[in-house]
Amino acid sequence: MSNESVRDVIIVGSGPAGYTAAIYAARADLKPLVFEGEIDSGGALMTTTDVENFPGFPDGIMGPDLMEKMRAQAERFGAELITDDVVELNLSGDIKTVKDGYGNTFAARTVILAMGSGYRKLGLEGEDRLSGHGVSWCATCDGFFFRDKDIAVIGGGDSAVEEAIFLTRFAKSVTIVHRRDELRASKIMAARALKNPKISFAWNSVVTEIHGDKTVTSITLKDTITGEERGLPISGLFIAIGHDPRSGLVKGQLHLDPDGYVITDGSSTKTNLPGVFASGDLVDHTYRQAVTAAGTGCAAALDAERYLTALHHGEHSTAAADEALLTGAAS
Amino acid sequence: MGAVADVTDATFDEVVLKSDKPVMVDFWADWCGPCKQVSPIIEELAKAHGDKVRFVKMDTNTNPVTPANNYVLGLPTIQVYVRGELVKAFKGAKSKSVLLGAIEEYL
Repeated sequence: MSNESVRDVIIVGSGPAGYTAAIYAARADLKPLVFEGEIDSGGALMTTTDVENFPGFPDGIMGPDLMEKMRAQAERFGAELITDDVVELNLSGDIKTVKDGYGNTFAARTVILAMGSGYRKLGLEGEDRLSGHGVSWCATCDGFFFRDKDIAVIGGGDSAVEEAIFLTRFAKSVTIVHRRDELRASKIMAARALKNPKISFAWNSVVTEIHGDKTVTSITLKDTITGEERGLPISGLFIAIGHDPRSGLVKGQLHLDPDGYVITDGSSTKTNLPGVFASGDLVDHTYRQAVTAAGTGCAAALDAERYLTALHHGEHSTAAADEALLTGAAS
Repeated sequence: MGAVADVTDATFDEVVLKSDKPVMVDFWADWCGPCKQVSPIIEELAKAHGDKVRFVKMDTNTNPVTPANNYVLGLPTIQVYVRGELVKAFKGAKSKSVLLGAIEEYL
């Protein structure tokens, strides 16, 4: 697989941005190669429940089902999908190279980045150790294990509230732990949570410790106003405090903002490197919706297509140089 | 279908713990999105390396005992057993290269 010919487009990441870019690029006959990535490939939607706000689905659709449809649509038009990680990106120069988890190198004239964002962690001891043993970032995956148990959801945004409501199907009680005294979630979600008899609230509270040997047994909460600490016995801790962009692989190559989001040129998806385009949650810390991610994924494919057209029309002489570069880059 | 057989609470002891080959167990459930990404990878590994390593999957929806005994409270969880001992465990959907790396020493 290594040292193959130079492709037009490589797309890194799946989710609505990556798959939409793949659909557009495939329909433009650019034969995109898509690296779907590791954990929760399919992006944030793989771990969500009902998506009620994606246009065209009046009855809502499950996140993973929506992703499966987008994926199938990309495949139908000839996108080549690889279910693996990218471990290295070399984005400078006319030919960009991408190395996968096996060490194979792929080359392309353009790269569309859509790695999305990853779950933000609390940063506490025990969080990683007890992941899969009571600490969870995926209510839909793991809620079932907490039938008739007391659990806590950390966070006050839409995803925290959605998870809390979903978890009441299983749990005996759900405590939403939020560092402020009111929810940041949309009004419709907040209202649903506030009137749910299984949900209670720990306002102005943060988690300072996670306790448990084999599995989670309790957490320590600290009141952000009084500083007082108290224990909360729970079997499950669902963390929904937001996301951080997965920009680690492009750090030092692309311009990032202080929070790690890739900076793009105006309303386009162009990055500071020619032929490199960025889309989805990797770029967007404002809207962060499935439909906006799909929108910028589409824009990235169109931007890449235009870039390639200019390249083919204007710079015929680069073909030979491309080959020379590739030989060097893939060695 | 496929090269990955189902294992249940009733057969776990016989199929996994008493296996003479190393065993990779895929704990899954049909409501788990990331599990759907992992299952095809386990299938591929089983087709390629089924002679050296046994690959099985457990539906945690119908088999509550084994996950509870092994403190599995999250999906997908991939575990590797050698001679009845749990030697490796992965939480979350891992890539093929990572899972292959987990059994490489037995191939």
